[in-house]
This record gives sequence, C-alpha cells and structure tokens, in this order.
Amino acid sequence: MSAFVYLYRSEDAAFRAAMGSPEQMQKSMQKWMAWMKQLGEQGHIKDQGHPLERAGRVVKGKRAITDGPYAESKDVIGGYTLIEAKDLAQAVELSLGCPILEGGGVVEVRPVLKTDM
Amino acid sequence: MELHEHLFRREAGRMVATLTRIFGVEHLALAEDVVQDAFCRALEVWKFRGVPEHPSAWLMATAKHRALDVLRRERTARTFAPELGRLLESEETLAPVVEELFAAHAIKDDQLRMMFSCCHPRLPEAAQVALMLHVLCGFSVDEIASAFVSTHAAVEKRLSRAKQTLASSERLFEIAEAADFAARLPTVHRALYLLFNEGYHGASAEAAVRVELCQEALRLAALLFAHPLGSTPATYALAAMMCLHAARLPARLDASGNLSALADQDRSRWDPELVAEGQRLLDLSATGPELTEYHVEAAIAAVHASAPRVEDTNWAQIVSLYDRLMTIRASPVVALNRAIAVAQHEGPGRGLEEIAAIADRDRLAAYPFYYAALGELELRRGKGETAREHFRAALALARNAMERRFLEQRMDACLRGAFA
Repeated sequence: MSAFVYLYRSEDAAFRAAMGSPEQMQKSMQKWMAWMKQLGEQGHIKDQGHPLERAGRVVKGKRAITDGPYAESKDVIGGYTLIEAKDLAQAVELSLGCPILEGGGVVEVRPVLKTDM
Repeated sequence: MELHEHLFRREAGRMVATLTRIFGVEHLALAEDVVQDAFCRALEVWKFRGVPEHPSAWLMATAKHRALDVLRRERTARTFAPELGRLLESEETLAPVVEELFAAHAIKDDQLRMMFSCCHPRLPEAAQVALMLHVLCGFSVDEIASAFVSTHAAVEKRLSRAKQTLASSERLFEIAEAADFAARLPTVHRALYLLFNEGYHGASAEAAVRVELCQEALRLAALLFAHPLGSTPATYALAAMMCLHAARLPARLDASGNLSALADQDRSRWDPELVAEGQRLLDLSATGPELTEYHVEAAIAAVHASAPRVEDTNWAQIVSLYDRLMTIRASPVVALNRAIAVAQHEGPGRGLEEIAAIADRDRLAAYPFYYAALGELELRRGKGETAREHFRAALALARNAMERRFLEQRMDACLRGAFA
C-alpha cells in the first residue's frame, strides 16, 4: 500500500453557492460523511485529516505578508485527508466518490513521496 | 450519530429567529448570513470529525459566537435591536445578555415573535405563509416554489417584498402584550391553516414535500399552544384538525403510489398516535364560548377517525357539522364537501341537488374535485356516460400526474360501469 493525500480544492464563491439551502447543505454533509465512512471501512483512511480555514496569511518574505490565499488564488484548499491505496490509479478511483466534485470542486490526488528508497 | 432528517432546516428557523431578535428586524439578511456561516462551519468540521453529540446545541453555540463577533465589530456602525438598546453596547453586558438570549426558552419565544411578525396585516395571506416557510422553517426559494408549484422568480419577488414589509415594521412583534397577541392570533391561525392545507390538499406532486409542509404547520402550531397566551381553544382546535388530518396522510396513497379517496383508504394505515393526539387536543379545545371553523373542521375529522370502516361513518353528524361550518365560514368548497356528505347519507341524487344549489358555484369551475365529485355521484346513480364527461373535465384541470392518474382510473371505472 502507498500513501496519498487528497487536497480538497474549491473556489470560495462556488463553495458558498454549492451550499445552497439548509436542506441541501445537510444532504451534502451527509454525502461527505457516507463517503468518508465507506473509505474508512475499506481501510483506505490513514488519517482523516483536517478542515482548513479558508483564509489566513500568505507569506512571501518578511515584507510580503498578505491576507490570503483568496487574493492570489481562486482555488482554495478547504482540507486534506491522508489515504492508503494500492497505487495512484486506485487512489484516483476512490476519489471519484467525493461529493466536492458535484459542487464544481476538485480533489487533487498527490502521492506522498516515498523516502525509503 | 444520526442526524434528524431536516435538522439543518429546523435549526435555520430557530437561529434566524433568535439572531433577528438580537440584530433587529431590519437586519434579517445579516441574521441569514450568520446562519449560513454556522452551517458552513458545521459542514467543514463535521465531515472530518463526525457529527457532535448535540448537533443542535453545536449549531446554536456557533451562531452565538458569530453573533458576538458581528456585534463587537459592527455595533458602532449600525444600530442593532432597539428593544435591547444599550445592553448590547457595553462589553460588560454584551456576553451575558447574548448568552441569555440563546437560552432555550428565549429561542422558543423568538420563534413565536417571528411567527407573529410574519403575519403582518399588510401582507397578503400567501406572502405570510411563504415568509413563515422561508424564515421560520428554513425553506429556500426553490423549495417553496416547488411546494407551491410556482416559479423561482415569483417566489423570490413575493419573499423580497414580504421581507421589506417585515423590515419596515422596525421591531419584531411583541408577544408579551396580551391584547396585541390576541388581536394578531386569528391571522396567525389562518396562516398556519393555509400552510397545512397547502401540504394536505396542495398542488405539489411530491408526496414527501406535502408531508413536510403538514409537519411544519404542526410544529409551529405546537409552539403556539405551548405558550400561555397562545394556548387558546382555537389554537387547540386548529392543532387537533391538523393531527386528525395528518393521521390520514399515510393512507392517501395506495400501494402503487396512487391517490386514494377517503372512502377507499385502508384505515389501518391511519396513524393511531396522531389520531389520539388529535382527540386529546380536540378535548382541550372544548372550552369557552367561541366555536371557530377549526373546531368544526376538527370535529368532522374526528367523526371520520372514529369510524373503523367507511360504512360506519355517522354521515348525519357530518352533514350537521358542515351546516355549522357554513354559518361560520361559507365557501363554495365547504358547500361542495357538505353536498358530498349529504350524498353519502341520502343518496347520490340528493347530493347532486345540493351541488346544483351551491351559491357561487361558478367559483368552483377551476377546481378539479368539483367535476370529480359530480362524476362520482353520476357514476353512483348509474350514469356512466355523464360521469365520464365530468371526470374528463376534472382531468383537464388536474394539477399533477398523481391527480391525473387518479382521474383516469375513475374514467375507466365509468366505462366498466356503463358496460356492466
């Protein structure tokens, strides 16, 4: 098994729009939880990860610290999960169930660099 | 931890009511933003960490913290709830006051304040109902449009006008004033009645949507009778009527998902708990001198509920209750229902005479169940051909696929009747 990181990316405006009504938000959340639960039961979750605040500081140097990342990037990382899968193909396959895709968001699937070889 | 099916929607109503009390009625949009923020946060956190043990309390606490942030940040720039005045201005009183405002009993009162505020006398009844659904029940514009078989644009326009009226009232309705409360109460009853009926008789083809409207009406009615000033005989009667009708909802669709007329319903599928609750509320309503339309409608529903089979129905009693209803709130639809009861009691010929005698009968011309009733009675007295024409007229007015299927089946029955 190899390790992968799922980075959940979405545009802030799209993220808000995809939220919609309370009813839709609840449904969306329940889909997420069902998806996470399924991944967990299949033994693919190494670390459920964390949600991230959608804004913080972007640091480019002592004199270049700005609010962000929304000023620079429309694509904001909303959270990450550490996944275990056979290979990249399987990790991608598993990510296809992620509800973020329905709201126009993106899952970035990145292999964790193997350091033991 | 399993979530209640409509938790977010319900909590949206509770949070908006309380936040609007804190921010002031002209800042309804701000309250809605804060609620949206709280849900976003829940979504972000819960999907990684799971649903907390007390999801409602979690959401409320999140809304409270956001409210404190907003008040601290903006209290110099904006005026918030005038009735809370200076309490929100000083840092010393702010946190304890907000804490108090988020206490469970306060949230209940806030929902009542909002309910009464939505029933603003300057608003048409349809707007009052839409506003209540939106603000107090957390329905989005699209969800209301689908429930009322209307367009997004029409509902949005209605809601934005209603919100303007609400905002211009400057403060939320004060429920502590007994005289004001009593004066507005009939309007509130009426709006809840219409909300329930939209679910029970409404045009939406989605059975689930309609059940939800009925449930929301029942929930709001329960909030009303839980309050000392709201627990009047008329409120109990209204809630009794809702329970007794809602009890029949599971039987309104037969096994193949088709509409089932009252006479054909499998009565074992009526909800016994709702029948019992309806009876209990009806007993509570039987005090004082006032006999409202809700008393009579609940009594009619109770007569049906007490008949194990349709043949056991006490039609004479139902006819006399409809007579009573005609003296309280006469309408062609009430007269039509009365005529149908007469037909059950004295035969289809008598029923048809009663229908022919309805004043303002032309107002029923767009009502599919007017023609369906004519068809049913003609069929019962053996005039399959005439009956079929009436059902055809009803079919042309049907509002959704479910009604159409029902009427097509009745048309087929006419053919079978004619050749039998």
